Amino acid sequence: MTAALRFDPIRLPEKCEQLRKEVRAFLAEEIAAGTFDPHKPNREDTDAPEFSRRVGAKGWLGMTWPKKYGGQERSFLERYVVTEEMRVANAPTRRFFVADRQSGPVLIKYAPEHIKMDILPRICRGEICFAIGMSEPNSGSDLFAAKTRATKTDGGYLINGTKIWTSSAHIADYMIAIFRTSPPTKENRRHGLTQFLVKMKQPGIKVNPIGQITGQYEFNEVVFTDFFVPEDHVLGEVDGAWKQATSELAYERSGPERFLETYYVLTELVRAVGPNPDTRSAEGIGRLVAQLHTMRRMSVSVAGMLQAGKEPVVEASIVKDIGTVWEQQLPHRVRDLAAFVEETATNRETLERQLDFAIKTAPKLTIQGGTTEVLRGIIARGLGLR
Amino acid sequence: MAESDNIVVETAEKIFADLADPQTINNDKKNSWQAPLWQALSEAGLPLAWVPDDLGGSGASLADGFALLNAAGRFAVAVPLAETMLAGWLLAQAKIASPDGEMTVLPASPKDRITIDADGSLSGRARGVPFAKAAKHFAVLAHGKDGVSIALVDAGKARIESGLNLGYDHSDTVTLDKVQPVTIKVAPDGVDQTNLMLMGGVARSLQIAGALESMLDISVRYSNERVAFEKKISKFQAVQHNLARLAGESAAALAAATSAADAIANATSFNDEVYLEAASAKIRCAEAAEKGGGIAHQVHGAIGFTIEHILHRYSLRALAWRDDFGSESHWAVELGKLVASRGADELWPLVASR
Repeated sequence: MTAALRFDPIRLPEKCEQLRKEVRAFLAEEIAAGTFDPHKPNREDTDAPEFSRRVGAKGWLGMTWPKKYGGQERSFLERYVVTEEMRVANAPTRRFFVADRQSGPVLIKYAPEHIKMDILPRICRGEICFAIGMSEPNSGSDLFAAKTRATKTDGGYLINGTKIWTSSAHIADYMIAIFRTSPPTKENRRHGLTQFLVKMKQPGIKVNPIGQITGQYEFNEVVFTDFFVPEDHVLGEVDGAWKQATSELAYERSGPERFLETYYVLTELVRAVGPNPDTRSAEGIGRLVAQLHTMRRMSVSVAGMLQAGKEPVVEASIVKDIGTVWEQQLPHRVRDLAAFVEETATNRETLERQLDFAIKTAPKLTIQGGTTEVLRGIIARGLGLR
Repeated sequence: MAESDNIVVETAEKIFADLADPQTINNDKKNSWQAPLWQALSEAGLPLAWVPDDLGGSGASLADGFALLNAAGRFAVAVPLAETMLAGWLLAQAKIASPDGEMTVLPASPKDRITIDADGSLSGRARGVPFAKAAKHFAVLAHGKDGVSIALVDAGKARIESGLNLGYDHSDTVTLDKVQPVTIKVAPDGVDQTNLMLMGGVARSLQIAGALESMLDISVRYSNERVAFEKKISKFQAVQHNLARLAGESAAALAAATSAADAIANATSFNDEVYLEAASAKIRCAEAAEKGGGIAHQVHGAIGFTIEHILHRYSLRALAWRDDFGSESHWAVELGKLVASRGADELWPLVASR
C-alpha cells in the first residue's frame, strides 16, 4: 500500500478553452468600461451589484447546477476556468463568489424544494449575496466549541448568540450558519450542531463591521437576539451538521482562489524586470512559475475528481496547504526580487502599491477556509496517523 | 499513471519486488544483485521500452515508459534503466537501431557540448554522465556544420574518469577525442540538446517523485512503530504535521512529473507549453527532494542516518537526481527568461494553457 496521493494530469477539454476566450473577452470589455482596474486589488469591491448581474446573465453563476434552478448543468472544469480567469483579472467577485462556490450547493443538497426554487435562480442571476456563519468568539477553527443556540419554538427556532469573522455579512442577503441545537454527547462531540438558512437584514440581527489590517472592511460580527428562523429553513439533519459541513470542504479548499489571491504581484514583477532579466531575477521568476504551475495542475486535477463525483477531502487539503503557503510567501519573494528592479521601470509605482497591499493581505491566507494546522491534521488522518 | 494499471508497469514492479528489494540490496555489499536484475529487465524488454520493434526495442508508448520510470523511482533502482531508455529513445529519433546492453546518453548537462569534426569523428567532454562506466554504448547528441546529429558510440573508445554522485552511483566524465561513431545520422527537426535535457529532466522528475512516495511510506510506517516518551511518535502533532508536509511535497512532485510526462507523451513538438511542463517538473521535484527528504530523515532520527537503513537509498538518490540533465537552478533561469521574453501579459495564458 502506498500513502502517496495521486493527482492525475487532467487536461481541460476544448470547450473549456472556448469558454476561457469568452470570459477573457468579457473581462476585457468590463475593464475597458471602467468597472474595475485589474492593477488595483485593494479597492472596496464587496458591492459591485451590476457586475454580478452581468456575470449572471452570461450564465457563469451556478454553472454546474440543474437547469430547473437556473443553472447551466455544465462541468466543474468549465466552472474552474471561469473562476481562475476572474481571479487573475482581479474582477470584483466577492459579492457572488460564496453563493456560487458553497451556499448554492448546500441548498441544492439540503433545502426544501420551494426554497431552492426561490433562491437558487436569484443566485444564478447574480442578484443575491451570501455569507457563511461558522466561527464564533472563542471558537474559530474549533467548530465544536460553537455556542450560538437555536432553541425550538412554535414553527421554528429562536437564535441567540454571536458569529464573528463573517465576511460580507454587511452586504449579504442570506447566511448559511451552524447553530447549536443540542449539547455535544460524551460519545460524539460533533453532535448537536445544525445548519440553518438565515435571511439577513431583519430585526433581531445586528451586523457590526470589523476593520482589517489591509484597511478594508470585509469582516463582521453578527449578533442574534431572539432571531426567528422558520422550520423549513433547517438545512439537512438536525444535530448532524458536522458531516454536512466537512463534505463541502473539498469545494472550498482546492479551487484556484486558494493560490491566486496575491498572484497579481508576480505579473507586475515580470513587467518590471522587462524582457531581458538578470540571472537572479530570471531564476526567481522561474521558480515561482514552476511552483504556481504545479499547484494549478494539482488544483485542476481535484476539479476533475469533483467532476467524477469523488470527495477528495485529503487532496483538497493538500492543495490548500501548499497553495496558501505559496500565495502567502509570494509577495515577500517578489519584494526580494523587486529590490534590484530599475528605478525607472514604468510600472514601479503600481508594483510597490500592489506589494504593500499583498504583504498586508498575506497573513490571512493560511487562516481563511481552514487554518494550516487544521489542514495538516486532516492530511495526517488521511495518512493513518490519527 | 497509477501503479499496476498497465502491463509494462506491472511487469517492472514484479521484477523490482523480486530482485530489487531495497533491504536486500542494502545488505549486499558485493552488488551481486545487479546482474540478475539487469538480465530480468532486459528479458522483459524494459530498457528498450521506447525503441520501436523495427529498431530492436519493445515499442512501448512514451506514457508507459514514463510510468515505468516512476516505478523505478519507487524502488530507487540503481541500474542504468532510465539511461538506457533515454539512449534508445534518442537513437530512435534518428532511426538508429539500439544494440543490446547498458547505454547512457551524452551530454547529460546543458552546458557540455560534443562536436562533429570534419572527418565525421566526435570530440568533446561530458561531465556527470550517469552510469557511463557501466555502459557498453553511448547515444550522443552532437553539433556539426550541418546542425545536430545523433550518434551511436562504442563506450570502449571513450576516455572515462570515474566519479560518484551523492547517492554513490556512477556519474562519470566522458571525453571523446576524435572518436569514430558506430553510426551517425542527422537529427530530425525538433530534436536538439535542450529537448534532450528536458526529456532527461522529466525522466529524473518521475524517479524523484517515486523515491518521495517511498520515503513517505517508510516514514509513515516508522512513525507508527517507533515509541518515544511513551507514545508512538505518529501521535505527536508536530510529527503529524511534518508528515503532512512530506505528503504534500510527494504529491506535488508526482503531480508535476506526471503532468509533464503526459504533456510530452501527447505533444507533437517541444513548444512553450511542453517547456513549461518539463522545466517546472524538474524545478519542483528538486525542491520536493530537498524538503521532503529532509522531513523523512527528521522522522527517522539517527537510525535513518545509518548506512544499514534503507532511507538513504531514496533520499540521497533523489538529491543526486536533481543534478542530472540540468539542475533546478539552470531550469529556473531558463524558464524565467522564457517568461520574461514572452512578457507579463502572456504569463497567465502560458500557465493556463492546459
